[in-house]
Order: sequence, then structure tokens, then C-alpha cells
Amino acid sequence: MDMHVSFGGLDLKNPVMTASGTFGFGMEFAPYGDLTKLGGIVAKGLSLKPREGNPMPRITETPCGMLNAIGIQNPGVEYFITKALPYLPWKKVAVIANLYACDAAEFGELAGVLAGEEGVAALEVNVSCPNVKEGGIAFGQDPAQIAKVTEAVKKWAGNKHVMVKLSPNVTDIGVCARAAAEGGADSLSLINTLSGMAVDIRKRKPCIANVIAGLSGPAIKPVALRCVYQAVKAVDIPVVGIGGIASAEDALEFILVGAQAVQVGTANFLRPDFAFNLVDEIETLLGEIGATSLDDFRGSLQLPL
Amino acid sequence: MSLRNCRTVKVLDVSPVGQSKSPGELFELRLQYPDWDGWKPGQFVMIRPTGWELDLLWARPFSICSSDGESLTLFIQNMGRGTSRIGKLKSGDTVTMWGPLGNSFAVEPETPTLLLAGGIGIAPFRGYVEQHPQPENLKLFMAHRLPLDCYPYALLSKSVSSHCMIEEKPEDLDRIIDTMRDRIREYAAQDGLILSCGPTPFMRTVQRFALEFKARAQVSLENRMACGVGACLGCVTKDGEGHHVQVCTRGPVFWADKVEL
Repeated sequence: MDMHVSFGGLDLKNPVMTASGTFGFGMEFAPYGDLTKLGGIVAKGLSLKPREGNPMPRITETPCGMLNAIGIQNPGVEYFITKALPYLPWKKVAVIANLYACDAAEFGELAGVLAGEEGVAALEVNVSCPNVKEGGIAFGQDPAQIAKVTEAVKKWAGNKHVMVKLSPNVTDIGVCARAAAEGGADSLSLINTLSGMAVDIRKRKPCIANVIAGLSGPAIKPVALRCVYQAVKAVDIPVVGIGGIASAEDALEFILVGAQAVQVGTANFLRPDFAFNLVDEIETLLGEIGATSLDDFRGSLQLPL
Repeated sequence: MSLRNCRTVKVLDVSPVGQSKSPGELFELRLQYPDWDGWKPGQFVMIRPTGWELDLLWARPFSICSSDGESLTLFIQNMGRGTSRIGKLKSGDTVTMWGPLGNSFAVEPETPTLLLAGGIGIAPFRGYVEQHPQPENLKLFMAHRLPLDCYPYALLSKSVSSHCMIEEKPEDLDRIIDTMRDRIREYAAQDGLILSCGPTPFMRTVQRFALEFKARAQVSLENRMACGVGACLGCVTKDGEGHHVQVCTRGPVFWADKVEL
């Protein structure tokens, strides 16, 4: 079955991408599968300068999910360009850089640094991180800021595809989706984590040093599916579905409501070859349910009359 | 098709070890040996029972205790939801396992080497003693809270000179700390090697005396981790320069003067 996905100039050999922050720079997973088998690799969030991230503890397991407050720890964009990118098979798999900055101008500057990098297929703009004090979710909850940041990235991104990653921690995801589209986004990806919290009654302390953290994993899938469904209806640009995908069935649910492709995040921690296996599992399942092609299946949800 | 680093292997058996107040608090999990070329003491594996539903997502990290070429043994303390369920596995069940992960303890065959184990921290030293080319140069000191038969101490004490102290009351802790201080000073004086594994307070004590006496000491850290491969950044600790580094890939073994505890 033809699994190829193409949208906004971004070519993926299949709809399986790995979500930022859950797959390192990709090479961490090379011992567990063939990176070129994936549709795309979204690298960990990058900032202009290195960031140490938040204090420990910064992850905890919750029922059917996990909380994280890593805080965009990363070695900076120059490290990515000089040390990580050369070792990625970017000629055979789409490598997407995920960008984090504190204001629209800095987002633009970061996009400009990556605009000339041949190995980068697209820029994913993180306006939705709940774990940083500066920017982060503050952008993602303000449609005007989403549009402003998107415009700044588009201005400096050259011919790179620009994907804007949205937060579910908003009242109306459709408004945010339209803001990104109006800002010039080539596509959207959603959702980022839901704001959450866990506490320890014996220690009487929060389980995460940052107190509030981002919830991911199967627990958030219904919320993610709803957001993707609403975003698909709200805009004409392609949407990539993220949130709690832990099986081929989960992935196809997102495709069914109209997602062009999916990103797998927390499930990469179930086993490190999860995303690689998912590619085959999706193809098999499509055949089992009688779909003739991925394109025909996409968006074919039949709503009640 | 996954590469051989991540495999599904069979559980050979789960055996409670010793008699503590909570039956089965410590147990040995013996797994089918994966198709590895080898492993080094101090390294660890991530395991996730294939029968787990999605209420528990993460695999759990465990030091490799020993192997005989046919099986791989992990020595586990029942500490929470994950380990209690792992303790209920039966022969023939399967687990997803990836590894061997992380770095390993230094091996200097000719150097007098002190192994400092805090409770369950004895686990990697079984493999260390078994693989060491000159075990006569090794000495084991163990501090423990549960009865000694809960640990593979007797097994190790057959191969190396050993000494243990139990912590039952507050004053025991002072005596244990004094003993650790004396031992670390003694090994520092002869430019020996000190290897340690145990709970974080135990590691902090080792580090404190290692810095005081300028001893060459390594500490093996355990930390909550989701992936084990360096991607999630959830297990970081601070290195000597204050940078967050992954315990899973930059450790779990660190030189005591190169890490903040």
C-alpha cells in the first residue's frame, strides 16, 4: 500500500513522525531501528543558546501517562547544525527542527539560522511548551502572538516548510489554528502536552520540582483527537496529529479525522523501536480494515446525520 | 523488525531472596539471555513486561547483576507499582528488554579496590566480582537494613574479603558512616579504587569522604528515567561544571568529583 504523504512541499515516505522531546536528535534511537524507515524525525526543541532546563525531579509517571517539565534543555542550535545534523540520514528521512524562543524576533532569528541548512526539511514552531517561564504556552494561548510568531518565522525561514505546534490548553483550538494559518503556517501540529500536576501525599510535596508540568501519553488521546478534529475543520492547511498514540489503531484514528500524518511521543518510551514498528503496523491495519489507500482513508469519518 | 538491542525475552524464574518482614521484598528475576556480545558490570537494562497494559508506561531500569551465558539475572527490590508487578511475573512470561545501557565501573586488576554497597546497591558488584581478573584485590563493605540473607552477600563473601554492618537503630548509622570514612581514607592513602552503589544518601556520604581524602571513587547513580537511551532528559544530574547530563547515557557510573549529588 502506498504510505507516502506529501503536504506543503514536505515529503514523507509514510505518516509516522517522532515527536519533539521524545526522540532526542534521532541518533539515540539508531541502535533500535532504521531511522530512514520513519516518515520524519522531529528533533528535540532548539533555542539560539544552550539551555539547562528545569531542576530535578522533572518527570513522573501517572496513570496511562507521564508528566514532564524538562524546560527545553538543549545544547543550542549551533550544536544541532554542526554535531547532530551531519550524523542524521536527512537525505533519506525528513528531519524537522523544533524551535523555541522567548519572543517573535528571537523565533525569527532562529528560523534564519536554520533556513540555509539543507538537511532540515521543515521548522516546527513550539508556541506551546507549558514548562518554560518565558514565552512557551503564553504564546500558545494568545492568537495574536501565535500569528506574530508564525509571521516572524515565515519571514526568515526561506523556503522551509513551517509547521506550528499548538497547545491544547486553550478555550478554542480553532481560533488558535486560524491564527497560525493567517500568520502563514504551512501546516499545524497538535497537541502539545496538557497542563497537569502530581503530588506525593507522604512527602507532602509536588512530584515535579516545577510543580506544574505537561501531561502526555495515552491519557490525553481523546483530547488530542478532539483538538485535531476541530483544527481540521477550522483551517485549510494540513494538520499533523499528536497525543497519546500507542498503537496503529490510535494513529489511524487521527488520520480518520483528517490528520495528514502523526507524531509519536511518549510511546517511544514504551520500547525504543516503537515508531519503527508502527510503520508496518499501520500498513497492515489499513489492509485489515479494508482501506484501499491512506489518502482515501484520510478524513473519511462519517458523522451522524 | 527491531534490531537486537531491543528484544522480547522469556522470564525463566522469579525467586524471593531471604526473609524480610515483607515477603518477596527482594527477589531475583532470571531472564533468558539476550543475544548480546557481552556486558560490563555497572551497566543496566530497561525492562517492561509485555503483559503490562498502558496504565504503567515506562520500562524500569535495573543494574545487571550477573549472567551465565544462558540467563541474565537482575536483583530487584519491591519499591513501587512497577517492581511489585515485576515480582509477580511467572516463568514463561515475556518482557521487552533493551540494553546493555550506560557505562560501567572502572576495572584496574592490580589496584586494591573497595566495593561499597548500600543495600540493593550490592547488585552490580556480583557481576563485578565474577568478571574481575584478580578478585583477590577486591574488598566488599556492605551496609544494609534488611536481614543479610536478603542480599547475595554470602555468595560474594566466598570470593572476596568482606564486611557488613546492619542499620537497625539511629546510632548504627553513625558507626556505618565512621567505618566508611575510615575505609575511604585507607584506600585513598594507597591510591586504591573505590566503587560504590546504593541509595543517594549513601552515595553522598561516599562522595563527601572521597573529596575529603582525595580518593579515586566512583558512584553509581539511580534516577527516575523514562527511556534509558538519553532522549527524555528526565534522569539528568549535574556534572562537575553544573551542566545537566543524562544519568542513563553519561552514567550511571560517575567519578565522585565529577558530579553534584
